[in-house]
Amino acid sequence: MRYEAIVIGVSSGGLNAMKVMFTLLPKDFSIPIVIVQHIGPRSDNQWIKLVNDKNKFDIKEADEKEKIENGRIYVAPPNYHLLIERSKTFSLTIDERVNFARPSIDVLFESAAEVYRDKLIGVVLTGSNADGTNGMKRIKKYGGLTIVQDPATAESSYMPASVMATMPVDHISPLDGIVNLLIGVTGPKR
Amino acid sequence: MQTHVRDIMDAIYKKYGYDFRQYSEAHITRRIMNRVRLSGLEDISYVRSEVMNNETFASQLLQDLSITVTEMFRDPGFYKSLRENVIPLLKTYPFIKIWHAGCSTGEEVYSVAILMQEEGLYGRTTIYATDFNQQALNKAKGGIFSNGLMKEYTTNYQLSGGKESFLNYYTSDYDHVIMNQSLKRNIVWANHNLVTDSVFAEAHLILCRNVLIYFETELQNKVQKIFFDSLINGGILCLGAKEGLRFSDLRDEYTELDKQHRIFKKKY
Repeated sequence: MRYEAIVIGVSSGGLNAMKVMFTLLPKDFSIPIVIVQHIGPRSDNQWIKLVNDKNKFDIKEADEKEKIENGRIYVAPPNYHLLIERSKTFSLTIDERVNFARPSIDVLFESAAEVYRDKLIGVVLTGSNADGTNGMKRIKKYGGLTIVQDPATAESSYMPASVMATMPVDHISPLDGIVNLLIGVTGPKR
Repeated sequence: MQTHVRDIMDAIYKKYGYDFRQYSEAHITRRIMNRVRLSGLEDISYVRSEVMNNETFASQLLQDLSITVTEMFRDPGFYKSLRENVIPLLKTYPFIKIWHAGCSTGEEVYSVAILMQEEGLYGRTTIYATDFNQQALNKAKGGIFSNGLMKEYTTNYQLSGGKESFLNYYTSDYDHVIMNQSLKRNIVWANHNLVTDSVFAEAHLILCRNVLIYFETELQNKVQKIFFDSLINGGILCLGAKEGLRFSDLRDEYTELDKQHRIFKKKY
């Protein structure tokens, strides 16, 4: 299998978008997915329960030093940046906000690109902020796969459009198409 | 660590004595790359010689590597738990020593001072507030903060179970606020480096929040040992919301006072 990890960045409108994605995504999805959803600093990430129907997936907040495992879905904790180390473990920081956001999509994507290089898939969904654009550039630079939600189908078009305005994106697609793409390029569980 | 990063960390340690060699690499790399961009350097390979030959650059980089992001009553739920679960224990002591390690610009130190005052304990409390970043410590000592942040801090304070009006604790002009002198009276500010220095003081309560997340496991363990040796039996250790003793050799030496808010009690 060519790809080893998927990073997803999502902001305003994210709750609905995630719900659609998690409904369509098969339960035995193989490679790890790491998500930054922009969220208030005092949130408790309860949205995870809302989108994870009948606990279909093993979704958890990423812990520092936690080993990234296949078949799991990780979410950045509120008020922390989430980074990936070369040892394929997580780091958390409380550094300044990036693009007014902590967690920031760029911070996750840029660190993930350094680790997974061309074995990374970056996905930017709905949002009204340019966070994620620099991260996608980094993923592209290392030969990873870049996917954005078709802005015409996004609750907030700004975030995917910002990526498209900056670089040639590999795939522009509505949510169901994105899920199909991810299934297609990652294959069934080993 | 990758060679360039390792070389830069070695250079900083040799020339300036600050030891970042066991910090998380992704974080350090990100901070260095930020400085590369801001300084207009071509790439990371030029950083080492800049560190060795350009003191302005080196001091900027040192500031970059020291994270000073903090807020008053950060994680209000934690402060609420401190008030409800820890204060009753502290009340049993005739005097109370608190070590706030890695206090940065002091916002959380003032938060603790306010809490102790409201609980009627501040008169017999000394807070030792330490950091290795002298610039941050100087700011902390001054107690002057941006007025624009006070709205957020007031919300935090209220959510933490604050008993007064937050306005009572500072004087403001248009841009800034200055914390009340009465809050500063029992705070001792001191330069202390958790990585290179040893036990600081005997303490009933240690707070070290969002510092250990930057350290590799081995360094985390070393610092945990310092805290353990500094705490009295029955003393309290407070870590950041995403920090714990999970990887610590000392995890069996503590009981969990509040699992969610990472408050631990050293066993007798």
